[in-house]
Amino acid sequence: MIGNSSPPRRRGPSKKKKWVPAFAGMTLVLSTPVAIADSNLPPAYWSNRQLPDPEQEAKAQDLMAELRCLVCQGQSIADSDAELAGDMRDLVRRRIAAGEKPSTIRGWLIQRYGTWISYKPTDEPAAWPLWLTPLALLLAGAWLIRRRIRLRSKD
Amino acid sequence: MSRGLRLIPIILLLWLVVGLAWRLVKPADTAIPSQMVDRPVPRFVLPSAVSGKPGLAAADLATGQPHLLNIFASWCVPCIGEVAVLGELKRRGARIDGIAVRDTPGALTAFLARRGDPYERIGGDPQSEVQIAFGSSGVPETFVIDGKGVIRRQYIGALNASNMPGVLRELEQAR
Repeated sequence: MIGNSSPPRRRGPSKKKKWVPAFAGMTLVLSTPVAIADSNLPPAYWSNRQLPDPEQEAKAQDLMAELRCLVCQGQSIADSDAELAGDMRDLVRRRIAAGEKPSTIRGWLIQRYGTWISYKPTDEPAAWPLWLTPLALLLAGAWLIRRRIRLRSKD
Repeated sequence: MSRGLRLIPIILLLWLVVGLAWRLVKPADTAIPSQMVDRPVPRFVLPSAVSGKPGLAAADLATGQPHLLNIFASWCVPCIGEVAVLGELKRRGARIDGIAVRDTPGALTAFLARRGDPYERIGGDPQSEVQIAFGSSGVPETFVIDGKGVIRRQYIGALNASNMPGVLRELEQAR
C-alpha cells in the first residue's frame, strides 16, 4: 500500500546534499505502518498467478478490473496490493477456472457488498445522470453549432 | 454573450469549492455495510483454527439460540481491545463463535492465551473466503445471528463497552 523506496545513499562529503538526511527522515516517518497490520500467511495461490488457460485468464482480468477493492477504496482488485484484494482475485480466478460466468461472480459479490463493489455502471435511477449527461452535452453542442451557423449565414 | 451566461463559470467554480469544502468538513463514510443483514448465513464449513476447539459451520449458527459471530485475527490490532469486551459479553450470557481470518494455529493459540478466549468455536478462514461470503470487509466485525441462523445486525470495527447494552438487547430479541 505504501511503497517507499529508501532515498539514494551518497558517499563522501558534499555540502549541497544537506537535504538527504531530511529526506531520509521524512521517508522513515511516511513509511511507518499506520495500524494497518497484515497477516503472516502468504498470498492465496491464485492471487498473483495467471490461469493456464489464456481465455479464462482474460475473462478473470476483465472482471477483476471492474471489481472495487474493499480496503484501498478507489482501486480495483486487479490493482490493489491489499490482502483482501488478493483473496478476491483468488476467488475470481478459481470460480472462472471452475466454469462460472463472470456475470454470476459479479452478482454473487453484489449480493454481499451491494453495487458498491462493481465499477460497471448499473441502470438504477442513481446512475441515470451518468447516462444522460453525455446526451445532454451532445444536444447542447449541437444547439451551439446551429446558432453559430445561423449567425454566420446572416452576415 | 449575455451577462447571465458570463456568470456560469463563476457559479461552477463556487459550486466546486463549496462541494470540496463540504466533503473536507464532513468526509464520506468509508464503511461498507454487508447486504447479508436480514438474510440467512451463507453456507460454509470451516475447519478448526486451533487445537482443542471445534471448527465452525453454518449449521452451528442455527441451533435455536442467538449467536454472536466475531470475525477477527491474531494479527489485527483493534481485535486485542475487543477480546475483553467479548469476554464480558460472554459472562453476561452471550454465545460467541469466531472466524479467524488468515491466521496460523500458533499465532492464534498465543493470542488467545495472552488476551483471553471468549469463543465456543473458531473456524479458520485462511483465504478470507467465508469473510467475503458474509459481506465483511475487514477485521474485526461482529454479526448478531438469531436462532434460525438469520443475520440480524452487523458491527463494523471493534466492539467497545458502550456497545454492550445494545448487543445484549439484540441477542435477547434474536431468540
